[in-house]
Amino acid sequence: MASEQFVQYLISGITSGSIYALVGLGFTIIYAVTKIINFAQGEFVMLGGLVSFTLIYRAGIPLVPALILAILIAAAVGAAMYLLAIRPPKKASVVSLIIITIGVAMFVRGIAGQVLTKEFIRLPSFSGEKSISFLGASIDPQALWIIGTMVMVTIILHLFLTYTMVGKALKACAINPVASSLVGINPKTMALIAFVLAAAIGGIGGVVFAPLTLMSYQGGVMLGLKGFVAAAIGGFKSPVAAVIGGLLLGIIESFAVAANWGPFTSAYKDAIALVVLLLILLIRSGKLAEEERAG
Amino acid sequence: MIARLKSNWSYLAIATLFAFLILAPFDWFLGQYTTLMIVIGIYTIVTVGLCLLMGYTGQVSLGQAAFFGMGAYISAILSTTYGFNPWLAMLVAAVATGAFAYIIGYPIFRLKGNYLAMATLGLGLIMWIVFKQLNQFFGEPDGISGIPYLSIGGFVFNTSFRRYFLVWFFCLAVLLISQNIVRSRTGRALRAIHGSEAAAESIGINVDQFKVKILVLSAVYASLAGSLFAHHLRYVGAQPFDFMASVKLVVMAVIGGLASVWGAIFGAGATHVLSDELLLRFGDWDVIIYGLILVLVMIFMPEGLFVRLKDILERLRLRYRRRGVEP
Repeated sequence: MASEQFVQYLISGITSGSIYALVGLGFTIIYAVTKIINFAQGEFVMLGGLVSFTLIYRAGIPLVPALILAILIAAAVGAAMYLLAIRPPKKASVVSLIIITIGVAMFVRGIAGQVLTKEFIRLPSFSGEKSISFLGASIDPQALWIIGTMVMVTIILHLFLTYTMVGKALKACAINPVASSLVGINPKTMALIAFVLAAAIGGIGGVVFAPLTLMSYQGGVMLGLKGFVAAAIGGFKSPVAAVIGGLLLGIIESFAVAANWGPFTSAYKDAIALVVLLLILLIRSGKLAEEERAG
Repeated sequence: MIARLKSNWSYLAIATLFAFLILAPFDWFLGQYTTLMIVIGIYTIVTVGLCLLMGYTGQVSLGQAAFFGMGAYISAILSTTYGFNPWLAMLVAAVATGAFAYIIGYPIFRLKGNYLAMATLGLGLIMWIVFKQLNQFFGEPDGISGIPYLSIGGFVFNTSFRRYFLVWFFCLAVLLISQNIVRSRTGRALRAIHGSEAAAESIGINVDQFKVKILVLSAVYASLAGSLFAHHLRYVGAQPFDFMASVKLVVMAVIGGLASVWGAIFGAGATHVLSDELLLRFGDWDVIIYGLILVLVMIFMPEGLFVRLKDILERLRLRYRRRGVEP
């Protein structure tokens, strides 16, 4: 493989990896605080893309305010999801909560298809279509937006969790909800904040990703799954670990498709993430079982 | 006294069900819905397996459509490309799917709750990708066609009237077998596992072994249903076995009541009547309504719609009795 090609595949891997990382961040935040795996996480990304498309092309709102509004709408959907579907059931089992988040995902997907659009959509690039040359590889400027956004989100999230009162409360609640409620932190409020944060980060992912790829109302499922794999590689522990997981997955996928021999054709691209997922789950199963028992 | 009365009632319910099922396919009754009833029968078989797995052992499967698809694809490929007798193909499919479930069972059940859900989801999606590739090897890009009908001697199941009885024969057999399992020592062990795995283990129940057994049983059921599906439609594509299909199977199990064998008929029936007959008028709104049903049922009646209805009837009947109206 020539070095230009190598760089090309590496960058395309990092780009899609950044999206997986953003979705993985959402999974990690919600799981850490509530011990719920949110199967609707990918839908927030889809919403970010489709809502901004609708705002720009149907409502005629300029790009930047439309994008901000789309992110806010995704966050609002996250809040509504928590308040209307996750919080009401008392003593819900893991199985019921899984089914509830799947139900919400279907509902959001269906509404998006009906109300927003059923077409495959694409947003305008943020800074033109002209590709940039870098070490012999040509890069879509939107890829830089995606990578940059992911880095910014990760840094801001890290600062938020480390230096603000609310962020520290979230962390405390993730470590021990009972002890943190003893010192006046309300776990329910923290859970709501976690859902809003995760939904907003998902929305941001959708907004920056939509100019690079075709997106549809059904696009959330696969993105959600990839994000989950990213979070699983990171062990659902820290945001940084989820980001590393996402980047790893993106790079593995990119090079597996590039190799293009035997089973590694693009038809199987999505299967790679699934196989990685199964391997990780099975390798870590002993430790995961222990955690579940302790938690 | 109450026990005997209760059993009398359930005999009556089962007798009514049998009478309904026998009369349903005749033209003067529900003849125009025979095809729908066949599909309901097939899905009931899959749902019963899922109910046993999810309701009685508390293990999630978001990839049950994979087993369903394996049955359909193995039957389709063996009976077309390799010219197997359809019954033999069906048997091979059931054995192969059961063996597959057995092999993945031990490693996958080391996972619990959320992780198990994700692992089964991943497995289901991988199989779906495999099915799509199988189309290209053994059929057209979209699926495999030209699958023969099942037949016994010279009697070919080539009308939907005949296939109706074939499918429901299998379906009722599966329901009765499952009913017996649930009421046996195994059933009690399964409920103990659902209650608390640690407690079940402490009284000498081999938890892992029971879970894998039920997984294998549910896989064999799903495979059987898949084979019937293939020989009914005479065409197999990947679409009925995708992720949504697995979710819809969970919907059926949830509506029927997870821990209820007979609820499976209700779950599969209600879901199909809803989506094939009623929701068609709403166009693509079915996903929205499915999602809403899932959330509402889980919030307000996590034990399932069918079980809840049964409870209400039971309570009404007891109140009636207490007033001394009943002899």
